[in-house]
Amino acid sequence: MTEVLLEVTDLKKHYPVRAGVLRRQIGTVHAVDGVSFSVGVGETLGLVGESGCGKSTVARSVLRLVEPTSGQIRLEGEDITHLSKSALRPHRRSMQIVFQDPFASLNPRMTAGDIVGEPLFVHGLATGKALEARTAQLFEQVGLRPDQMRSFPHQFSGGQRQRICIARALALGPRLIVCDEPVSALDVSIQAQVINLLIDLQREHGFSYLFIAHDLAVVAHISHRVAVMYLGRIVEISDKDELFRNPRHPYTQALLASVPVANPLAKKLVPLVDGDVPSPVNPPPGCAFHTRCRFAMERCRIERPVLVDAGDGHRVACLLNEGTGRPNAMS
Amino acid sequence: MADKSDLVLEVKGLKTVFFTNSGLFQAVDDVSFTVKRGETLAIVGESGCGKSVTALSLMRLVPDPPGRIVGGSVMLEGTDLLALDETEMRAVRGNRISMIFQEPMTSLNPVMRIGDQIVEAVRLHRKMSKREAQDVAVEMLRLVRIPEPARRAREYPHQLSGGMRQRAMIAMALACRPALLIADEPTTALDVTIQAQILALILDLQKELGTGLVLITHDLGVVAQTAQRVIVMYAGRKVEEASVEALFAAPKHPYTRGLMASIPTVPAPGVVAPARLNEIPGTVPSLVRLPKGCAFAPRCKLAIKRCEAEYPPLIDWGGGHLAACWRAAEIAEVA
Ligand SMILES: Nc1ncnc2c1ncn2[C@@H]1O[C@H](COP(=O)(O)OP(=O)(O)OP(=O)(O)O)[C@@H](O)[C@H]1O
Ligand SMILES: Nc1ncnc2c1ncn2[C@@H]1O[C@H](COP(=O)(O)OP(=O)(O)O)[C@@H](O)[C@H]1O
Ligand code: SF4
Ligand code: SF4
Ligand SMILES: [Mg+2]
Ligand SMILES: [Mg+2]
Repeated sequence: MTEVLLEVTDLKKHYPVRAGVLRRQIGTVHAVDGVSFSVGVGETLGLVGESGCGKSTVARSVLRLVEPTSGQIRLEGEDITHLSKSALRPHRRSMQIVFQDPFASLNPRMTAGDIVGEPLFVHGLATGKALEARTAQLFEQVGLRPDQMRSFPHQFSGGQRQRICIARALALGPRLIVCDEPVSALDVSIQAQVINLLIDLQREHGFSYLFIAHDLAVVAHISHRVAVMYLGRIVEISDKDELFRNPRHPYTQALLASVPVANPLAKKLVPLVDGDVPSPVNPPPGCAFHTRCRFAMERCRIERPVLVDAGDGHRVACLLNEGTGRPNAMS
Repeated sequence: MADKSDLVLEVKGLKTVFFTNSGLFQAVDDVSFTVKRGETLAIVGESGCGKSVTALSLMRLVPDPPGRIVGGSVMLEGTDLLALDETEMRAVRGNRISMIFQEPMTSLNPVMRIGDQIVEAVRLHRKMSKREAQDVAVEMLRLVRIPEPARRAREYPHQLSGGMRQRAMIAMALACRPALLIADEPTTALDVTIQAQILALILDLQKELGTGLVLITHDLGVVAQTAQRVIVMYAGRKVEEASVEALFAAPKHPYTRGLMASIPTVPAPGVVAPARLNEIPGTVPSLVRLPKGCAFAPRCKLAIKRCEAEYPPLIDWGGGHLAACWRAAEIAEVA
């Protein structure tokens, strides 16, 4: 087992739902509802799940951009869950985030060079000529030309803007980069460029990634390990190879079966789940997936499954087969 | 080859331009295709390549200004839609030809009950009492598998989930049993499990009603799972067309090949480390400053001198497999 860089334990983030003139609380959004995982040094953990399942909330909590309701976040062994702003500052250099929408996260009035160099300047790490030289180096690292440093965000294409965001994230020499849907807004040919860039950077510098996407194939490609989320919880987590070869949670199996395969001779897509994802405001009791699960039993409505090791660190939260889920019938 | 009478749609030499601050450009440049009854034709390409403008041109919904259809013909069941005046077109739109969008609220009215919207759409084209139209509306909602259709008909769009809104929009588009349905990225904003449901629904209904379908998508997986024939567009032009089997078995255009190679797939068993993808270098060119020859030349590994000088003609390489590339004949050997 590689050295652990990030360890998240029983993370919860609940939001009150208020209504009426008195803003009385009428419910609770269980955005993240007891999530545990770790990311090793130089490792990519993929986090996949449908819209609203809590992926971004996990990302933001890890970076302390939102305050967790409960749980623990340890970075390089140190508990950072309750550190004050100033105590958190040195850790800020170790972890960075790249968002989905590269346009919204770039200040339109700053040059690309200033955007990338800003963290260096703010942390007092470089000024003047040294700052410019380091910025130029960062541009080259992400496949941009140093002469583009004087251009503004709107003068770049979507893929190039994402490169700017990545360069900025690299500036402080982080150990962990949280990528929240970094390629979801990009065209396929550009998406491939950015995925390759992230893989190359990891090989070169040994970064760890927490890589979030709703696209299973993208996650499959870039990760070493994969966690599948459903309504605020991890329902399955394992090595990539094992997860895709032997998915054991009915939801993971349905997700896999729903991905349209780019081969007209492969079996036509059959929806394996009906209905929509239930609301995370007061989610279904027991197994949150029971409203859509084809194998749901009476007890699934009452008992909440916990992650159980089905062998070799492949953990699944499903009550079937003494809590080890359902062997994949499709492979 | 198909019987001519089987054709629902025949588009020939469609040209649509935009006049913008940065200049005039051809968003759709000389695009031709046909759709048969009950057939699904997919149009695939990256953003900005002209898919939506093609769809809007068929519907005669291109915003003018800044856009204008400047050439070609769009024969729907034998009538050239481009020759109709707006009143005549209004009788066809939503009746013989319908469109659904990525964002259902583009076609749903937020302050009107779902059922009433379908009633209105139906009564615009059919002589029918309000009662009869209401029955049709509930029947349509049942057809798109919305549970408790009679109750849902009385609800407003915001009371439905994203997937259900998409179903309601489909119900409205199909209410008059159009000969042709255009679906512009109908599942792009949906989660993958809901996408599978909606795609299966569209295909079922199409089979049931015999509708011709133009399905626009950027997702080659969706193409492979739904279409019989495919058009690949790049920078406003059709660069390749083939049956879905032929296209995936032996793509003839380097751009199509590049696209196929760059899509991530669930890796083969035994692959544990992140694998690099085959990427297409560079970016999609600006339509205002297209290169003189092949628009793909600046990104093409196979480009030769001739590619930069002359635009390659669209040639049928056999069996209706068309490609516009100077090197299409030797592609299997050189790529
Ligand atoms: N500030 C907030 N106040 C109230 N609810 C919130 C807040 N932020 C997120 N939520 C809710 O928490 C749940 C999880 O949201 P989150 O953004 O983490 O989902 P996600 O998995 O990233 O989804 P997507 O794939 O759409 O990005 C959603 O139901 C969301 O509406
Ligand atoms: N209303 C408009 N005004 C100006 N340009 C437009 C308009 N609509 C589309 N375009 C341009 O036409 C080209 C093709 O667009 P579109 O058909 O929407 O692409 P896509 O293939 O992504 O659907 C793009 O360059 C786009 O910017
Ligand atoms: S616990 Fe029950 S409802 Fe949940 S996934 Fe397993 S079988 Fe389905
Ligand atoms: S015509 Fe030339 S540049 Fe264009 S796709 Fe073919 S080989 Fe490439
Ligand atoms: Mg998110
Ligand atoms: Mg479009």
